[in-house]
Amino acid sequence: MNAPVRIDLKTVETIPSRRTEAWKYSDLRRWLRDEPPLSPALPEGEPNAGPFKALTRNEVLIANGRLNWWSEGEMEPGIEVSRHAGPDAPRMADEMPMGALAAAKALEGVYIISFKAGAPRTLALRLLSDAVKTGHHARIGVVVEAGAHATLLESHEGWGEAYLSNTLLEITVEKGATLERVVLVDEPHDAISVASVEVRLSKQAAYHQTIAASGAKLQRLETRIAHAGEGATVRMDGLYALSGDRHTDLTSVVDHLGPDGLTSQLTKGVVRDTARGVFQGKIIVERGADGTDARMGHHALILGERGEIDAKPELIIYADDVQCAHGNTVGNLDESALFYMQQRGIPAEEARALLTQAFLIEVVDRIAHEGAREVARTWLTERL
Amino acid sequence: MLSISNLHVSVGDKPILKGLTLDVPAGEVHAIMGPNGAGKSTLGYALSGRPGYEATEGAVAWKGDDLLTLDPAERAAKGVFLSFQYPLEIPGVPAMTFIRTALNAQKRARGEEEVSAPAFLKLVKAASAALKMDFDMLKRPLNVGFSGGEKKRMEILQMALLEPSLLILDETDSGLDIDALRIVADGVNAMRSPERSMLVITHYQRLLDYIKPDRVHVLVGGRIVASGGPELAHALEADGYDQYMVQAA
Repeated sequence: MNAPVRIDLKTVETIPSRRTEAWKYSDLRRWLRDEPPLSPALPEGEPNAGPFKALTRNEVLIANGRLNWWSEGEMEPGIEVSRHAGPDAPRMADEMPMGALAAAKALEGVYIISFKAGAPRTLALRLLSDAVKTGHHARIGVVVEAGAHATLLESHEGWGEAYLSNTLLEITVEKGATLERVVLVDEPHDAISVASVEVRLSKQAAYHQTIAASGAKLQRLETRIAHAGEGATVRMDGLYALSGDRHTDLTSVVDHLGPDGLTSQLTKGVVRDTARGVFQGKIIVERGADGTDARMGHHALILGERGEIDAKPELIIYADDVQCAHGNTVGNLDESALFYMQQRGIPAEEARALLTQAFLIEVVDRIAHEGAREVARTWLTERL
Repeated sequence: MLSISNLHVSVGDKPILKGLTLDVPAGEVHAIMGPNGAGKSTLGYALSGRPGYEATEGAVAWKGDDLLTLDPAERAAKGVFLSFQYPLEIPGVPAMTFIRTALNAQKRARGEEEVSAPAFLKLVKAASAALKMDFDMLKRPLNVGFSGGEKKRMEILQMALLEPSLLILDETDSGLDIDALRIVADGVNAMRSPERSMLVITHYQRLLDYIKPDRVHVLVGGRIVASGGPELAHALEADGYDQYMVQAA
């Protein structure tokens, strides 16, 4: 096996391409051949303007890779934001080379958002890109301390065109803590964006994630979870609705390191036109991680002749006493059902949207935070 | 009135209807009887505009419109309702949402005011009670996991709420026991009115004991080969379709 490559955008050979197994469906090198100029700093953005604005006043706004605004002084007790120069390498630099690049290039080190034990807290983390043919990197840490309960409402809000956005998010959920992370990703059709998320989950902790993505020229949302088991639970869901020539890649790895861990993963998507959806899900059950219960499902619809879905579900099991299952389906809408709906007076386009929404809504329904669930529902309806 | 003249319909390359001519005046109930493979279901699909059942020749006029130029949803808005032999399951769409979406889409197409959610709830409660349906069933995804009888009742409920002017019942009695058949037939009979035309497609005479037709037509080999009063259905029950098969061949 080759030594892990450190990406240097000035050296095109170091950029992952379709010859790199983990990137074979998302050929970054095809679109990114050189280092783009640094994105400019933005004037102070409008606070509380993201998709989750109605749900919380606690907010951190990162714009073009820099801290732009945060609700300093108005933050509810139990949430702290601090900055570290952060010379330390990320924990999974080898597995997530773009994450390592983000750590190396992040302009302002790492911002760490900490949730303390006490009343449950909700925070909006907004990652704003407003750039034209430039690039920016950011590194953010989230720590949910032992016994704390947090909801992270994350929005990737993209404006401008043809930018490169590269983010590393490192999350620690300590013993007995819970974090629900709901992520909405909206970017221009010609943007390149990679978000590498690394989660360390302690015993008896819970991490619940839902990502909803509408694609970009190349968009990769990667999550790697080190799962301690012993009562710890993961729910990791994804949703994509792609049209035009958009691409999104939901890649994930859950590594069950200890016994009696639970993982439930459900990803659903729809592609139209020449759009391309990529799902790579890997669940590893390490030796000794007996009693693991892990389930992974990916189900997608291709509407139209020229859309593409690439799905690669993997279960790698080294323990004996485990329950693991995965299911993967790719299909089209049922023509008979469509005719039935039209016969009752529902126009074809509306019937398609209704059936598609009905297919995808299962993922939204799994979001526990009621307000976020409604925002995600609206997000989905507007994209069908 | 429904006026079908010289209708030819092919499914794939295979001609199924071969010059079918039929008039159903407003207010009348006409039964279409015929053996398997005669083209009975094809007639229902062709009238409602199912893709793959396009007319190659002939015309279908309904209240002055040429139905064949309209898409299925437009036909529905003009009052065409096909009750399916095997109603489809629509996962993820609650029955109530489905019917309200359909009703309001039809109203939009006709330039009428849409029905509000509370007003619709009232309508649906009354209509489901009349059909002895459990109201909770309407909150479940349409037809998913329903029994054959429940699906047929759901068809009749939709019919009662959408108030179509041309009803096409395709083998509505299939899969129904006598009690369910009576409830379904009562639902259909309650819809009879001077403005409404009905086409009852059936293999057996049994259904026509419950839904009494004004006229009975025999469909064999893609054409109407005989027409008569209700007594024709009884004759068919006694003698079968054989005599017509020879004629059609």
